[in-house]
Amino acid sequence: MFLFRSLAVLFSALASLTIAVAALAADLQSLVTNLTAGSFGDRETAIGALASSGDARAAPILEALGAGQLYVRTSDKLVVIGKPSGNQLTLTEAVSGAAAGAATESELERVRVNNRLRGIIEAAVGSLTLMSPDARVRRGAADSLFKRPEPAALGPLDAAIAGEKDARVKQAFTEARAAVVLASDATAQQKIDAIGIVRDRGDREALSVLQGAANNAKEPEVKAAALAAAETVRQTLAAWEAAQNVWYGISLGSVLLLAAIGLAITFGTMGVINMAHGEMVMLGAYTTFVVQEIIRTSAPHLFDASLLIALPLAFLVAGGVGILIERGIIRFLYGRPLDTLLATWGLSLVLQQAVRSIFGSSNREVGAPSWMSGAFQVGQINVTYGRLWIVIFALIVFASLILLLRKTSLGLYMRAVTQNRPMASAVGIRTPRVDALTFGLGSGIAGLAGVALSQIDNVSPNLGQGYIIDSFMVVVFGGVGNLFGTLIGALTLGVVNKFLEPYAGAVLGKILVLVFIILFIQRRPRGLFALKGRSVE
Amino acid sequence: MITRFLWQGMGPGLRLFTLLVLAVGILLPLANQLLPPTSPFHVPAWVLQLIGKYLCYALLALAVDLVWGFCGILSLGHGAFFALGGYCMGMYLMRQIGSRGVYGNPLLPDFMVFLNYKQLPWFWHGFDQFWFAAIMILLVPSVLAFALGWFAFRSRVTGVYLSIITQAMTFALMLAFFRNDMGLGGNNGMTDFKEILGFPVQADGTRAALCFASAVALALGLVISAAIVGSRFGKALTAVRDAESRMRFLGYRVEGFKLFVFVLSAAMSGVAGALYVPQVGIINPSEFAPGNSIEAVLWVAVGGRGTLIGPVIGAFLVNFGKTWLTGALPEFWLFALGALFIVVTLLLPKGIMGLWGQIRDRSQARKAQGSKSGAEKARVPA
Repeated sequence: MFLFRSLAVLFSALASLTIAVAALAADLQSLVTNLTAGSFGDRETAIGALASSGDARAAPILEALGAGQLYVRTSDKLVVIGKPSGNQLTLTEAVSGAAAGAATESELERVRVNNRLRGIIEAAVGSLTLMSPDARVRRGAADSLFKRPEPAALGPLDAAIAGEKDARVKQAFTEARAAVVLASDATAQQKIDAIGIVRDRGDREALSVLQGAANNAKEPEVKAAALAAAETVRQTLAAWEAAQNVWYGISLGSVLLLAAIGLAITFGTMGVINMAHGEMVMLGAYTTFVVQEIIRTSAPHLFDASLLIALPLAFLVAGGVGILIERGIIRFLYGRPLDTLLATWGLSLVLQQAVRSIFGSSNREVGAPSWMSGAFQVGQINVTYGRLWIVIFALIVFASLILLLRKTSLGLYMRAVTQNRPMASAVGIRTPRVDALTFGLGSGIAGLAGVALSQIDNVSPNLGQGYIIDSFMVVVFGGVGNLFGTLIGALTLGVVNKFLEPYAGAVLGKILVLVFIILFIQRRPRGLFALKGRSVE
Repeated sequence: MITRFLWQGMGPGLRLFTLLVLAVGILLPLANQLLPPTSPFHVPAWVLQLIGKYLCYALLALAVDLVWGFCGILSLGHGAFFALGGYCMGMYLMRQIGSRGVYGNPLLPDFMVFLNYKQLPWFWHGFDQFWFAAIMILLVPSVLAFALGWFAFRSRVTGVYLSIITQAMTFALMLAFFRNDMGLGGNNGMTDFKEILGFPVQADGTRAALCFASAVALALGLVISAAIVGSRFGKALTAVRDAESRMRFLGYRVEGFKLFVFVLSAAMSGVAGALYVPQVGIINPSEFAPGNSIEAVLWVAVGGRGTLIGPVIGAFLVNFGKTWLTGALPEFWLFALGALFIVVTLLLPKGIMGLWGQIRDRSQARKAQGSKSGAEKARVPA
């Protein structure tokens, strides 16, 4: 008896379930059919109805509608989704998802939508995909709801928040819900709470939601709260923008530092003007190019290590050329700085033309290894890995150079020769050798800079020319003969440049910086951190 | 009387050289205008244009030499003064086009119509008059040189620092002139000139006159420079070059000397640029490129710094080589130019003009070495 009754209950439950499913399908069928009939206004109602059905199968149908891929077959009035393949469209039944053959465009009638409807469809799909098993899709749905809040989505959102386990998605849902509340007819208190949530989000979308809420608010207290919150968000955004500029400035400054630090050694400590310094940078970049070409053809699996392989090679190539220059030309010109300037300028022309003859004058492609591509967010700052690595690399080079000068015997000799050449010579330091090594070191560091610059600039024979004036400016600004001055100078100029850019444009910003430095040198001819004492003359 | 005074200030060699320049400036245009094209002595128009260009370069080189060779200021920004003079002339020539431009606007040059200018920018007013343009050609480079020199010399920025500042100046100007909203033609610059002082720019007669004018300008530059260099003022200038601190301790106002010669040199460069533009028919921001200024310095170095004839010879030789090589072996030109920089600074510190003295010194040193071992080598001042 009990068994019978329980079986009966089970049967009736099953039956009712089947009926419910059938009803749901029938319901979906009629909802979909509604989509295809009537005016755009009717279609809007139908989309709303379909969205509030909460049926998972509705999402692909709406997506197809938004993309203009929903058709009615003229022969049997069946609603189908058509994906183009060749000249024909492959059809699937919209409601059941079953394949329905193929047809040409002329046998079908497209269900038309306009831009307004597309917006509504996007929001509707957003609320439907809240339940997707993929967390990324759910967040995307929350974001699209946040940008286009639909009061109808409140119910699904509440359900989604209740069932959500991922904290970040839940946060996104809560924010989307707040935006939806602001767009609905909720009470003033609810709206003010929602404004608080949107304010804490603090990005550009939040600002536009808040401005919309302030414009549409009927209650004065809601309007006031929205305006206050919008102001807070604006301040947050300004702070983030400043932070972003600082980051870009540091990034630019690290590039300047790399280009200038070799010069800080040759010009700053040796007093040799090397106008071919930019060409040393260029040689480093071309070394990277050659290394990558060899790896591409003979050992592709090593590609990610190509920059690490190129670094020592670039140092050796540029440093070797530097030593040759010092032994071949510059040592005959010590004490004649203006002549050194002219001779090295001539040398830079020769090197450029030589590279142009060998590699051609067009830009060469240097690829980024996988660990240098991509980006991540810090708050609202977009940080690319490439830039981050260059900043780190510049600091490493700087630190090793300081260590080399302070802790090694070569560094000791270098400082001794810089400070008092005859005395250094008298105590047995071979000054010509130290000169050559110092110049080689400066040039080698320029080569290292070339490896880094090949990642962010065009590798062409003119690569170095673009940096030579900037590098001199950094060295002179920071103070000749002072490596820390160069560090501060490079970072300052980088940040100042990036802060001027939004107001004055990139070119005018650069001009302003140049004018600033020209005036600055008038005030402090020896730079920010001048050496004191008689040795400077 | 003044001319006699100036004439007596020059040495015999320089007098001869100035007359030679004038003779070139008179005979070549005459040979072009008077002789029939069939005559073996007829000079074609393109030679006139080339010589006219070289004469302008020579004047620029002379200006560079005046500050570098005689006062020790190595300016890497004289190309900027040259280009500014050229731009002033270009603005005059643009205003002369009138309604004959592509857009036929009687007031606005073509590029302004193209960039949707509604009215002439303020700094273009007056450039329809030649006398105004002529004053500006002298004034604009001078004012810039005065401003830069005033700050730099007062705060005792010398040597390579000054070189780098002047280079940064011309670099900044190049960037600025590349901008379209400067109202000076952006990166296309100014071209398509029609006439100068009512004469068509392209005509042979105008070319002959311009070549003559350039020769006169160069001769005048030589005379003025010689007068300055030969005077007591010039002696003080040379002393500033050789021992600036000592001059200051002796009570001379070093800044004043430097500023005067720097401004004068800038004005000379401006004139050279102004004569250059109608002969080549275009002026654009690439004239500001730092490389151009350094090339001008090379002409001086090749010819011989600290002499007045040297820069003229250097400008002619290097540019003749450039014209020939860029035609015959274009990819070889930069090698040659670069090598020239190195060879001249290493082996010919006094340039071609010093070559004879160098050879003589060497042979004397060799003789002296025969009699006295361990003779000191003659040191060359930087």
